[in-house]
Amino acid sequence: MSKLKKITQFRLFLPILCLVLVLLVNLITTPDFFAISVRDGMLYGYIIDVINRASELVILAVGMTLMVAASGGTDISVGAVMAVAAAVVCNVLSGGQQSVTEYSNPYILGILAGIAVAAVCGCFNGFLVAKLKIQPMIATLILFTAGRGIAQLITKGQITYVRVDQYKVLGSSIKGLPLPVPFFVAMLVVIVTLLLLKRTAIGLYIESVGINSKASRLVGLKSSKIIFLTYLFGGILAGIAGLVASSRIYSADANNIGLNMELDAILAVALGGNSLGGGKFSLMGSVIGAYTIQALTTTLYAMHVSSDQVPVYKAIVVVIIVSLQSPQLKKWVSKMKLNKKTVSGNEVA
Amino acid sequence: MESGVVLTMKNIYKTFPGVKALQNVDFTLRKGEIHALMGENGAGKSTLIKVLTGVEEFETGEIRIDGKDGAIINRSPQEAQTNGISTVYQEVNLCPNLSVAENLYIGREPRKGAFIDWGTMKKNAAELLESLDIHVDVSAAVENYSIAIQQMLAIARAVDMSAKVLILDEPTSSLDDDEVEKLFVLMRRLKDQGVGIIFVTHFLEQVYAVCDRITVLRNGTLVGEYKVEELPRVQLVAKMMGKDFDDLASLKKEGEATKVSDEVVIEAKNLGHKGTIRPFNLTVHKGEVIGLTGLLGSGRSELVRAIYGADKPDEGELFVKGEKLQVNMPIDAMMHGMAYLPENRKEEGIIADLSVRENIIIALQAKKGMFRLMSRKEQEEFTDEYIKILQIKTADRETPIKQLSGGNQQKVILGRWLLTNPDFLILDEPTRGIDIGTKTEIQKLVLELAEKGMSVIFISSEVEEMIRTCSRMAVLRDGSKVGELEESELNQSSIMKAIAGGAE
Ligand SMILES: Nc1ncnc2c1ncn2[C@@H]1O[C@H](COP(=O)(O)OP(=O)(O)OP(=O)(O)O)[C@@H](O)[C@H]1O
Ligand SMILES: [Mg+2]
Repeated sequence: MSKLKKITQFRLFLPILCLVLVLLVNLITTPDFFAISVRDGMLYGYIIDVINRASELVILAVGMTLMVAASGGTDISVGAVMAVAAAVVCNVLSGGQQSVTEYSNPYILGILAGIAVAAVCGCFNGFLVAKLKIQPMIATLILFTAGRGIAQLITKGQITYVRVDQYKVLGSSIKGLPLPVPFFVAMLVVIVTLLLLKRTAIGLYIESVGINSKASRLVGLKSSKIIFLTYLFGGILAGIAGLVASSRIYSADANNIGLNMELDAILAVALGGNSLGGGKFSLMGSVIGAYTIQALTTTLYAMHVSSDQVPVYKAIVVVIIVSLQSPQLKKWVSKMKLNKKTVSGNEVA
Repeated sequence: MESGVVLTMKNIYKTFPGVKALQNVDFTLRKGEIHALMGENGAGKSTLIKVLTGVEEFETGEIRIDGKDGAIINRSPQEAQTNGISTVYQEVNLCPNLSVAENLYIGREPRKGAFIDWGTMKKNAAELLESLDIHVDVSAAVENYSIAIQQMLAIARAVDMSAKVLILDEPTSSLDDDEVEKLFVLMRRLKDQGVGIIFVTHFLEQVYAVCDRITVLRNGTLVGEYKVEELPRVQLVAKMMGKDFDDLASLKKEGEATKVSDEVVIEAKNLGHKGTIRPFNLTVHKGEVIGLTGLLGSGRSELVRAIYGADKPDEGELFVKGEKLQVNMPIDAMMHGMAYLPENRKEEGIIADLSVRENIIIALQAKKGMFRLMSRKEQEEFTDEYIKILQIKTADRETPIKQLSGGNQQKVILGRWLLTNPDFLILDEPTRGIDIGTKTEIQKLVLELAEKGMSVIFISSEVEEMIRTCSRMAVLRDGSKVGELEESELNQSSIMKAIAGGAE
């Protein structure tokens, strides 16, 4: 009994349980979901597909977790920032042409330019939220609406193609690696962030500011600087996610790259057991949340749900999962138990 | 139920993870009595009240209230209220950005049809506050008022709900003598109307001033229930602590003037902050304990906030050890050896969800900077050290601070600042909510630190406490510093005179 209690009180228990539940559904409905085949030393299958496709979401969720924790609000511009970064990279590499088969500028220059622009977007959001104290969702609404327009401007309203094999690497598989490259990019982001949190005091600072910014200021933390940094970091990560997404289709599609991904990223944070009100956070929770959402999406496709109906099912499942984690529900359940106890107690008395 | 009894609690048990907060506790409240609930920090007073009012659930036990057959269980404070129990909790629970009137009538707004009748609400609020001699603007937001006024508002809200049982959990900790007296008048009036009042406080004189009966808790168990006249002060303290203790022993050696060095640590020249404190001069020497005294709202806290940079001063100059210092933010002051324990523990002190360890090390970590994270071992050692020195009662060093009792939270915050080893320590009501034994310990500690060369500014509503610790005092009135009292002048009557304005 007490062992069971210990397990259920483990912080990542619920996020992991949710992931397992989603996978269990597959065991019943689509048994070949778990089949993995090997071709040319590479792994294939639905599971591999989940791991691959979830990569951008994992990267976004990492940034979102920190922004939510520090500011108690969500950044809804990350999807649009992905598109902006993709547009910048492709245009630098294509030298402004619509389709190229050779780089016009060095690869590294393109990558750096894309990430730099994403960082600028992050700074813009951070300035509005941390310095001007605008509600995060309102502040990031600006880039949410304007971001794709900016991307269109950069690509001159067309889809810019970079048909160079090297450009496709970031979003595909390469020989010798059993799993696709995006997975490793995501893991690199997660590991670097975890190291940052473990080796520096930034994690403690973020939680402290998110819980009580007045008290944090009095103990010597610069609340607005810390919030600003999380938005800068979030912007950079959105840029990296944009690069991966663009590399998959070796082009910059301003209308579709990162579309609706901000919502999935926010959900991932919530599924990870993190409060959207800020404060204490668990990065691994969000990562598990991101994989859960991707597993759910892939599951629905595997069950041949048509793509315009997917959001409906997703919404239903998310409502269930999130309410499972709600403290109010836990309270009701324990109150119901208490009621039963006192009723029986009264009978004895 | 016995006649004359309004409330009985029997065999109450309550456990938190790692803490047996209440074990087999009985409590009886009679009509028209003021009943003190006493005990050290963490004894279980607030828990007993929370269990009664449905904030927390209890495991076993029975609660009966006059007028209801059979045992009752309140599942929420609202339900407790409909059962005739109204409460002022230890931590003020008002909505800071709502108006005074809204806060007084929240959840029971007067209505006109489907709409809230704002006119009546404001009128009622004004009348209620008038009758209690509280003078505030009922349409202003609560956050504009000091914590003491907020405390009075919380009390006003509770007494207005015409209850059978009124619970006051440390209502006086932020009130000055006048306001305490006002509250007592009110309590006596309610008592005459037959209301039973539960009163939690760490001020023994208040117990003897208004209470009829005392129930003492220790470590979650019941020590006993006594009539006030049968339990003299020394015995009460012994019952609370489980050992003999003389809380009145003098700390400073009588007649011996404290030697103060000439070395100036802090010098403020015409420092001021618009709207809170008019320009003032203040000099603090090495190893000196200076008291700030004055009525509530006289600018005591505002003065130290300007020095520390909690409110960035907009005029004047500040010198630290002779060097001019531009304070933009608290961290600037901290880097020059300052530390500041704020008055409002819940809003500005604790970081609620963080652990005791994190709350203790955070200020030192902020000083060291983001990239010089203290090792886990170091953090734990520091934490254990202060848990021991300050006798902090906590299940574990990883317990979230919000789960500690009020007094123990205060000790954690004090530990946080002591750990930064400041040259100049500002203490704004450091002993608020701290039990009598520890209070003396803290006063001793302050004197010890001063002896070792630390300079201290000490603010307290308790004149007694100031006399025992301070070697000089600055007097404030209406947002400006109006004078100073030397050590030889430090006695109750001259301080009272200075506060009231009869000194010049
Ligand atoms: N929510 C909680 N979770 C875990 N432990 C708790 C919680 N609330 C109180 N406790 C523990 O229960 C014990 C009793 O606390 P309580 O707040 O009742 O003390 P108290 O007598 O009111 O003290 P004080 O004089 O400091 O206010 C303490 O050891 C405290 O740490
Ligand atoms: Mg208490």
